This record gives sequence, structure tokens and C-alpha cells, in this order.
Amino acid sequence: MYHGKIVGTGSFLPDFIVTNDDLAKVVETSDDWIYTRTGIKERRIAKDYGVSDMAAQAAKNALDQSGVKPEEIDLIITATVSSEYSMPSVACMVQGKIGAKNAFAFDLQAACSGFVYGLDVIEQFIKTGKVKKALLIGVEKLSQVLNWEDRSTCVLFGDGAGAVIIEATKEVYGVIDVLNKSIGTDWDVLTSKIKHNDTPYYKQGEDNYLKMDGQQVFQFACKKVPEIFEGLLTNNGLETIDVDLFVLHQANSRIIERVAKKMGQPIDKFYMNIEKCGNTSAATIPIALDELNAKGELSGKTVGISGFGAGLTYGAAFIQFQ
Amino acid sequence: MEFSKLQEIIVEELGVETEEVTLEATFADDLGADSLDLFELVMSIEDTFGVSIPNEELANIKTVKDAVDYIEANDK
Repeated sequence: MYHGKIVGTGSFLPDFIVTNDDLAKVVETSDDWIYTRTGIKERRIAKDYGVSDMAAQAAKNALDQSGVKPEEIDLIITATVSSEYSMPSVACMVQGKIGAKNAFAFDLQAACSGFVYGLDVIEQFIKTGKVKKALLIGVEKLSQVLNWEDRSTCVLFGDGAGAVIIEATKEVYGVIDVLNKSIGTDWDVLTSKIKHNDTPYYKQGEDNYLKMDGQQVFQFACKKVPEIFEGLLTNNGLETIDVDLFVLHQANSRIIERVAKKMGQPIDKFYMNIEKCGNTSAATIPIALDELNAKGELSGKTVGISGFGAGLTYGAAFIQFQ
Repeated sequence: MEFSKLQEIIVEELGVETEEVTLEATFADDLGADSLDLFELVMSIEDTFGVSIPNEELANIKTVKDAVDYIEANDK
């Protein structure tokens, strides 16, 4: 039975950096306030890049890193909520930009769980033998959906993209298992309304911003992430101690610390780059994986990843890296 | 309700000394808790004492005594 193996990673962070001090000039906040509550010191804003530009660059980097050629890719999935276009998909635009002429491509919307959801979908295509090589991208440009007068949200997010190349394999290395869930009754906890046009028959409302009940999201993440890891460990006959490294969605350092505590694991097992990047939603996990990969820190490790976010959605996966 | 258990939780969550956790101590001023600290503390209290503290109640829990009173009033 085939399963997927990550054979390459790539990422792209725009070069325009906005520090907490810079933000304090735009909205009433401070470096201390932001850092103590979130662990964020700076974030990148895609001033000069569109969503598909960032996605394509991350994809190119992943292809280079893996040695796989664009025309070998069978499937491109892009996880995102912040594309400038409802259509075409970012995945199609990336296909065009990288020359992956043999792929079919579509976007997947699962907010900050997008990467883990995408991994699940690709696993299904690989297990059924339909796909041999896939490109999974997480990309976000939340700067263009934020209310920059709302200091409770605009300080949290950053722009960026990460990508992985996944190959079908029968080797022991690769994706061990993926599990995803959603809680649709909590759809209104974290929303981002799209700007649509008025019609002769009905008008749109005015408000088109990202809105969040921070406390509810915090509570949800702290409860559900340990729970879903627990479920996945049990399903696969694993213990927490078997996991060498955790890469959680980089929403807030205090969520990660709390999850570590709840799971009885040392915090240094949990990779964090939120200090530099902020919350890049679907891109946080692949960006982190690429950073770790570049330092050789994935080699030989069993890694647990978890995404959680609007939907509410959440998911986790275990990956055995060679 | 065991006060020492509550003290333990507060010490752990807020990084203060046990002696500082008196009934009259205010979370914000005396114990240096920011809004997120208080929220995380409440999550721990909920887990440990099996009570549910809705977010609306948080504004009413200003001192350690407020927390004690709430737990005792709602403890099954």
C-alpha cells in the first residue's frame, strides 16, 4: 500500500518586515503587549507580492530542493483563505507559473488547518494509486483581509508561503497517519467576510474584515490539539514519547506552551518561529518544516504536526522523516 | 474546596510565590496577571475543580477570594 513521503520542502517570506514598534505607530499597541501575549516580534507583509507569486516561489524552492521536475507533478493543492481571486484557484495560477503541465490543480479552504487537511486529501489520492507526485502549498496574505484599526487582530498575522513535494512510496518513511475534524456549529468564532458587490436586487453589508473571538479560539486550541494527538497516537499504537518533534500551527506561543504542558512534553520539543513570522495561517506548518529541513533537523525524526483554526477546523498528522 | 490546591494552580500559572496568594490579593495588580494570564488560570481552575466559568464571569473575578467564592458556589 502506497503512502506519501515528503521529499522536498520550500518556503517564501516577503522581505518587507513590520516590527511591533512599527505597528505601534499604526494602531494603539506596544511591543511588550504583543510579545507577552503572543510571542510575536515581527511579521512579513507581502507589499510587492500576490498570493500566487508567493505560492509559486515556495513551490519552486520545494521542487529545487527535492530534485523533482515540475512536469512530474500529478496534483497541486493550495491551502489558502486569502487569495485575491475566488477563481481561478491559486493552484492553477501556480501550475502556470511553474510549468507543471501534467498536474490537475485546486485550492482547499480549511483556514489554519489547511495544510493538514491538504495532506489528508493527497494521502487519499496516493493510497488509491491515482497520484504519484503531489505539490502541497500553504500560502496566506492575511494583511489584505485584516481590519488595521482593530489592534486585537491586526497584530497577529503575517504573510508567507510554504510548500512540500510528496511522493508515493512503499518505504517505511513518510506519512504515518492523518486525522482531521471540524466543528461547524462554531463557524462564527473566527470569520473573514468577502467583499462582494451590490446587485439591483439586494445589497451587501459594509463589514469585510477578519473577526475573531480570541478567547474561544484559544480555549478550543488548548483543548482540541492535545485531544487529537491523543487520538492519533492511540490509533497508531504510539506513545507521546515516540514523537521527537512537534510542529504546531503558529497561532500564538502561549497556545503552544499550554498544549506542551497538557501533553506532558518539554517545550523544546515544539518548534516555534512565530517570533519572526507571526501567524501565516495555512502557511505556518510548511514554512516551519522548510526551516527545520534546511537545518537538517527533520532527518530521522518522527514529527507530529497540527493545524487548528476557523471552521472551526483542526487536524493532526505524524510523519516519519528519513 | 482545598485552598492550597487553588494556591498551587495560581503559583504555577502566574509564576508568583505561595505567600503572595492571599484571599485579598488582586490578580491584575498584586499578582501581575494580564488578561490572557487570567484566562489561562481560569482554564486550569475549570480543569482541576470541574467547574465551568463562562467568559462573562471573568470580569467578576478580581481577587483570589472571588475565585474561591465562585468555585465553592459552583462545585458539584
